[in-house]
Amino acid sequence: MSQVELTLFLESAVRLGIPLALAAMGETITERSGVINIGLEGSIIAGALGGALGALAFEGAGLGVMSGAMAGMLVGLVFAAFAIGLGADQIITGTAVTIGGLGMTGAIYQARFGATGTELSLPTLAPVAIPVLSEIPLVGSALFAQAPTAYFAYLMAPIAWYLLFKTAWGLELRATGEAPAAAEAAGVRVRLVRLVATLFGGAMAGIAGAHLALAHAGTFAENMSAGKGFIAIAVVVLGRWNPILVLFAALFFGAASALQFFLQALGFDLAYQIFLAFPYVLTLAALAGWVGKSRAPAALALPWEPHR
Amino acid sequence: MSAGIAPARAREAALLGLGAVTLTLGAGSVLLLLGGYDPAAAGAAMLRGSVGSWNTFVSITLVRSVPLLFAGLAVALAFRAGVWNIGAEGQLYAGAVGGVWVALTFTGLPSPLLVPAVLVASGLAGGLWALVPTLMRLRLGIGEVITTILMNFVGIYMAAWMVHGPLQEQRGVFPQTDRIIEAARLPALIPGTRLHIGFGLALVIAAVLAVMLRRSRFGFQIRAVGASPEAAAVAGRINPARVVFISFLASGAIAGLAGGAEVSGLTYALYEDLSDGWGYTAIAVALLGGLRPGGVVVTAIFFGALQAGAGAMQRDAGIPAAWVDVVEALVILAVLGLDRVRAARAATSTVEGGA
Repeated sequence: MSQVELTLFLESAVRLGIPLALAAMGETITERSGVINIGLEGSIIAGALGGALGALAFEGAGLGVMSGAMAGMLVGLVFAAFAIGLGADQIITGTAVTIGGLGMTGAIYQARFGATGTELSLPTLAPVAIPVLSEIPLVGSALFAQAPTAYFAYLMAPIAWYLLFKTAWGLELRATGEAPAAAEAAGVRVRLVRLVATLFGGAMAGIAGAHLALAHAGTFAENMSAGKGFIAIAVVVLGRWNPILVLFAALFFGAASALQFFLQALGFDLAYQIFLAFPYVLTLAALAGWVGKSRAPAALALPWEPHR
Repeated sequence: MSAGIAPARAREAALLGLGAVTLTLGAGSVLLLLGGYDPAAAGAAMLRGSVGSWNTFVSITLVRSVPLLFAGLAVALAFRAGVWNIGAEGQLYAGAVGGVWVALTFTGLPSPLLVPAVLVASGLAGGLWALVPTLMRLRLGIGEVITTILMNFVGIYMAAWMVHGPLQEQRGVFPQTDRIIEAARLPALIPGTRLHIGFGLALVIAAVLAVMLRRSRFGFQIRAVGASPEAAAVAGRINPARVVFISFLASGAIAGLAGGAEVSGLTYALYEDLSDGWGYTAIAVALLGGLRPGGVVVTAIFFGALQAGAGAMQRDAGIPAAWVDVVEALVILAVLGLDRVRAARAATSTVEGGA
């Protein structure tokens, strides 16, 4: 395998990993507050459509990303209204939000662009090469000649880590996820913290969706999120609820997805579908192999009713 | 946790379901109006396409409801035991592959042996697909929500690989298996219609589950573990791991039958996109049915009608079929919302000493 092929492999690994990193980082914050939002898929697809429509309306990919974040947050709000506001079961609410998000975006897309889906071409989020860094041999162009959303993900990992583990706000957030009763007794408004964490997760998933539409595909397609919300939730577990590890876990999953290029270059002749299944099998194996030791927030998925 | 979404009395569950459907129809109509469609035309098209005639009802609606019925029962059983099996979709595909493999391989068997063999194989394959998440939960303590979802993707790609590779039709043109022989096909339940005995089998399973849950010792254990594994272990001297193990695998097997019955009763071949997300729709079916086998039968037929009607709605009223997914989501949210209101009212009346 030549250096060109290796570079290509690394580039696609990062490209495939970035949307997962964005969504999983948001979900990390959400889960740390004690809420598991498996409606993330709905936020991602809404972010993709919102990003596409926003980029068309404002004639720019940057504002498209903002619209995507808003759309993702809106879907997060629907989830929060039921799961946090009413205290409904989080798993089932998340499932409904995913089904509804996929359906609603499909319906809106078909109403706007027709059932056949005339290929819609969007202002794209072009890669920006960072001087010097992008010239590092091998990994330089893979990591530092990406769309701006990728740099946003790199920056968010240490920022989210700092907020989570080094600030009073992060302590309150983790307390609501570990021991909501104690947090409430200490004066923390548990449901408000969870709402903010869930909206943040929705916005990040929306940005991930906008990245898919504007930086990857240059178009919107129904179901283009293709299960990334679910994978992001597995990535959170792989990354042990730590934003920095989550970034690496997402890149690891990206690499597993990009492996098909790598193995084909090495001359392995395996069926395409097996390559597609591979990242999921690898994630299952990784979960079984080394996550056993890590622990989810103690109050994850448990609804909270304030005592007043 | 499952106790919170499984009302104690059948009458309450039915009222909840009716309320949810009413809310959904209201909210759905408003959304359709906002989208610039005519809700009345949509409703008329939907009724025509689902219950417009006896033959439409039997050959389209009821036929469509069969996989939803199996998968809905699978989800209901798991949820009652506190097992979050979101993996019916993958188990369904595994069952379809297992069933079609037996049908294509043991072609020498007479029909009375081959048909049961096909169904047993699909159940076993579905159960096998559930075994991985079951063991990961019981041995490693990894939640089944994530693992069952991951197994869905593996199942879908495994089936896709089968129809492109080992099980592809002899001509090797299309991504599908050869059609299975007559002897492997499920006979018609009502002669002259497309409804096959898979529907009858699903009703039998629903009856067995209903009796088991209400009357048997194991059914009691399932309900106890679903309500609280710790309490069941301490107070009832129940082994929660054993209950979870059996109900998780049984749930997978029933979901596998959904795939087996579809390929041997309707399509007679395995295709890449056999299921239209039925494993996920099954969650709505199970919830709206109050996690009760009897309720699931009613709601599976209701969703069968929705899916049958969606086609007519798209053809006759120009409304994208994706709206059916929106309706599904609204149904789930309506059930959740109403259930929370019910729980809040029950709590208030207890506090006030009314009970």
